[in-house]
Formats: sequence, C-alpha cells, structure tokens
Amino acid sequence: MIQTKNIHFSYGKGTDFSFPNIAAVSGETLLITGGSGKGKTTLLHLLGGLQRPKSGEVLIENTNIAALSEKKLDHFRGKNIGLILQQSYFVASLNVLENVVLASWLASGKQAVEKAKQLLAELDLKEQLHKLPSQLSIGQQQRVSIARALINEPKLLLADEPTSSLDDENAFKVADMLSHLAKQYGTALVIVTHDQRLKDRFSNQISLS
Amino acid sequence: MITKIAWKNIWFKPLNTALSIILLTASVAIITLLILLEEQFEKKFSDNIDGIDIVLGAQGSPLQLILSSVYQVDAPTGNIDYTEAKKWMKHPFVESAIPLAFGDNYRGFRIVGTTPEYLTKYGAALKEGKVFVNNFDVVLGSAIAQKMNMKVGDKFFGSHGDAAEGEVHDHQAYTVTGIATPTGKVVDNLILCNIQSVWAMHDHEHEEGAEAEDQDHDHEAAADAHDHEDHDHNHAEKAHDHEHEENAVISEEGKEITAVLVKFRSKMGIVTWPRILAQNTKMQAASPAIEINRLFALFGIGLDALRYLAIGIMIISGISIFIALYNTLKERKYEFALLRVNGASRLQLLSLVLIESLLLCVTGFIFGTIVGRVALLFISGSSEDEFKMSFNPFQFVWEKEGYLFLLTIFVGILAAVIPAVKAYSLNISKTLANA
Repeated sequence: MIQTKNIHFSYGKGTDFSFPNIAAVSGETLLITGGSGKGKTTLLHLLGGLQRPKSGEVLIENTNIAALSEKKLDHFRGKNIGLILQQSYFVASLNVLENVVLASWLASGKQAVEKAKQLLAELDLKEQLHKLPSQLSIGQQQRVSIARALINEPKLLLADEPTSSLDDENAFKVADMLSHLAKQYGTALVIVTHDQRLKDRFSNQISLS
Repeated sequence: MITKIAWKNIWFKPLNTALSIILLTASVAIITLLILLEEQFEKKFSDNIDGIDIVLGAQGSPLQLILSSVYQVDAPTGNIDYTEAKKWMKHPFVESAIPLAFGDNYRGFRIVGTTPEYLTKYGAALKEGKVFVNNFDVVLGSAIAQKMNMKVGDKFFGSHGDAAEGEVHDHQAYTVTGIATPTGKVVDNLILCNIQSVWAMHDHEHEEGAEAEDQDHDHEAAADAHDHEDHDHNHAEKAHDHEHEENAVISEEGKEITAVLVKFRSKMGIVTWPRILAQNTKMQAASPAIEINRLFALFGIGLDALRYLAIGIMIISGISIFIALYNTLKERKYEFALLRVNGASRLQLLSLVLIESLLLCVTGFIFGTIVGRVALLFISGSSEDEFKMSFNPFQFVWEKEGYLFLLTIFVGILAAVIPAVKAYSLNISKTLANA
C-alpha cells in the first residue's frame, strides 16, 4: 500500500515539480505515464526513497519515508521497496545467484539462498545461477533484477521503463509477469513508462503533465 | 559478506590487483629483510664482543685487528711478542686476558691457539670429550663437528694460513678431544687448541736456522695468508726432524702470538690503553665496540639507502592502489548506487572500498614477509659459505614487523580514503537518473 500527499520537488533553477496524489494497494498495478521532462523518474525516485521531497508525504504502509533518517531510510528501502531500473546493474564480480542473495542479506542480514534459487527458477533462470551478470542477455539481466527486487517480498515494487528495450512479444511477457508477481507476492506495483504498449495493457493510470 | 564482495571485487580486476600486490610485496620484503638482517647482524656482532673491552694486537688497522681476532673474518694484522704482551696481561687493570695465536686452518676453519678460558668466555661448554690439554689436542666448535661429521678421537692435518688450499702440515696431526656446545657465536666455527700446539707446529719448520727467526717472525706463531708462499722451502727440508712434540714444553722466550682479548677490571683502561700502547710499544689496543660502531656507521649508509628505496616502492604501491580504486569508481558508481537501492548504508559502501584496499595490503604484507624470509635464507646460505655467519629466517622481530604491518595498513587506508569518501557521498538518485 502506497500513497502520496501533495509532494513537491525542486531541482532549483526553476525546475519545480508538483505531483498529483497517487495511491496503489497491494496486488494492484498503477501506471504512471507522461512525456519526457515531466518528472517521471523524479517521482519514481521519490517513491523509492532515493530522493526526498521538498514538501509532502510519501506513505508506504503508513510510514512516511520522507521523514526517516538516512540510515533508517536505507534499511527501509532495502526491506520494503523493490526497484527495477531501466537498465540493469549488478555487482559485476558476483554471479547471478550471489547478486540476488546479496539483496536479501543487505535487507535482513540473512542470506536467503534457497529462496533466491526458487525465485530465479520461477523466472526461468535456473541454468544461469552461476554465470556472471555480464554473460547474460539483456532480457535475462532484467529478469535477474526482477528476482532481486522481489527477494525480500517488498510492499512496493517500482519499475522504471521496464519494457523500453524489449520487442512487442517480450514487452507483453514482462508486463504479464510483473503484474502476476505483484499479485502473487501481494505487492503494490508502480510502473513508470511512456510505452504505449503498457498503456494499453494496464487501465489504472495516472498521467503527469 | 562485505568482505566477500570486496574479495571478489579485487580478483575481478586481476591485473590491477596483481600490480598492487607485487609492489607491496616488494617493499614489504625489502623492509622485512632489512629488519631481520639488522637485528641479527647487530646481535651477532655485539654478542661476540660481550666481555671484550680491548684487543691487543700488532699495529695496523684497528678494524682489521677486531675483525680478525674477534670475528675471525679478516687476516690478522701481524704478530706481537708474547713476553711483551704478557707484561700487559698482568697489568692491575686487567680482569682477564685471553691470548690468541693463529696459524692454520682445516678446510677453511681456523685453528686457534688459546686457553680454555676462551670457551668459557663465549659460554661454550663441552658436549663431548674433554678440553685440550696436550699439544695438538683440539676442541671443535659445534658447527664444524656437525658439518664435517667429526667426532672425538678423529685425527686431521691442518693447512697453513687462512686458506684451505694452504700447505698441509702433514708431519703432525691434530686429535679431536672434545666438541663444544653450540653458542651461536664465532666459537662454533673454530677449532681450538693450546698455544703451544701452534708454536710447535710451526717451530718445527724453523729449527734449521735460529738466526733466520728474526726476519721470519711471522712464520712462527701466526702466519698471514700472504706470507705462506715464501715459506714452503723450510718445511720441506725439515719435515723429518722431531717427529713428536707432544707435551714438550716450548720456551716462551721470543715466541709470538697474534692477539690478546682483554677484559678490564677498571674501565679506565679502555680510554687510556690505546694511547699508552701506541706510545710505548709496537702493539696497538683497539676497542671492539668503537670499531664495530664505525663499521655499522659505514653499513648504515647502505642500509638507509635500501630503506628509502623500500619506502619509495611502498609509496608507489599506495598510489597504484589509489589509482586502481579511483579509476574503477567511475564504472562502479552504478554498482554502489544499486547496493544503496538494495538497502546498503553509506557506511557499508565506505567499508567496502576500505576493505578492498586493506585486503590488498594484508595480502601484500603476508607475501612480503614470506619473500623477505626466503631472500634471507639465500643470503644466509652465501654468508655461511663466505663468512661462517648464518641468519635465522624464521625469527620474528615482533615489534618492528608490527610497525611495518601498521605502516602497510596505513598506506592502504590512505590510498582508499578519497575513493571511499566518494562512494560514501554518492548521490544515488542522480547517478541512476543520468544513466
């Protein structure tokens, strides 16, 4: 469950954003659309606790993350927010499994190896467990980052342009997979995109202007 | 876990890592070697001058006198008259005086004529057998007995002078009567007998002409390596004379010895003797402590140069670690941002970078410590051959090596500070937005 109240953000130099209030409950998918420069990524970062709003509240499970201390925010983010970025980044020296396990360790201090294996198998990555991320295709890398985002069963799953580099077939596959996983794990899913294919797929939309 | 990531990260760039570790290893190895050499060298040198305040010997270089008569590494400066030396040995200042007479060697090990006091002075007891009593009885230093595999009752012939290739005194054999306990000092590599033996061994060659003795002093008690060539003729002619001189007491009249190790009752002697002797006698009195300090001062320049070199290499290795960390920072900032997204705190990133640097340093230190000791092992082998001086590579000089470890760690931290702080203060939102 996530909701925002009157969030306002400023980069200074006259680029100010006032975002509409949004809300998404567990298992539901919310699409945030809008053209370039409308603050899509900024909003995503605000929701993910990577940025702090100038004013307003970001409530995740009734915790206002805008008010948390830096260290608490890091911890909260690790535990409750899963982030899938436009481009997939990994710790290049660790293999696929280790990268996913690392996320569980950072959030909880425990290494959920079995769960990571199961999750990766679910995402059809069983054969890739011990490869380095750089040895995988873009699509596989994205699925690894989905697994990594879900390993801690977060309350909120954020995806930034998850389909921008995929062809039609794969774009729909990923969209289905994300909404399916969100339901399965009881996670509120927020997708930021300008991809028309997704706009057609999901009805719950907010457009930034 | 952070350490595991750090470990994987450093091996993800094997060339950078190898370069840093090699540089660190080189500098740590040189410094370790210096620490061990200095420590053991100085200990060896100062152990051997314990209880020797002054050495009496023929005029010449005082350093040569000390090296030859205390450390048994150089040729003697010459001989002194025993009667003359005795006057000084009985001086009221003197607590103990041990005469030394050099003449021969056995396969490069010196045969030294002295008194049993010499053994006690170096803390050597007898492991087997008894001390030398009769002429041509010898006590072997422990190292010789071991290397030559000799035991009590063995007989051998000495060669004249310092060199193993010297003319062999085959008319009279030495008999091993005792083997000394190991001491770690010069006595381990000496063959000791009484002074009479040395005289008897060489007298023998001179009996044909007493008048020749005046010019030929050197031959008698102690012969330098350089004079034994013009000496051959005597021996050949007179070898058949006097088969055995055992127990024959030889008159001390006109006999010579090489040096006297003196310990004073009154330390006044250390200051006054060198001048008095120089003015009144043909002898000199040299202080081992002063000469060895002079020698160390000379060595010191070389050691300092090596030390600066090692510190220079350590600075370069620090810079190499810094450049490696700093360069990869650019490509790794996404990795860092990602770790933050996944819940890593700023401090965890800071420690990740620090640990990477420290792992390099600790690895370098461990390798360096090992390589330094291997080098010492080789040096020990060659110094053993040349100077009968060996070093123990397995000794740990905890204090100095501890400082070296701290220095290495300090270099590691210093090299990592800027990259670590950059990782700490990374703006994740900006990093990810500009991707």
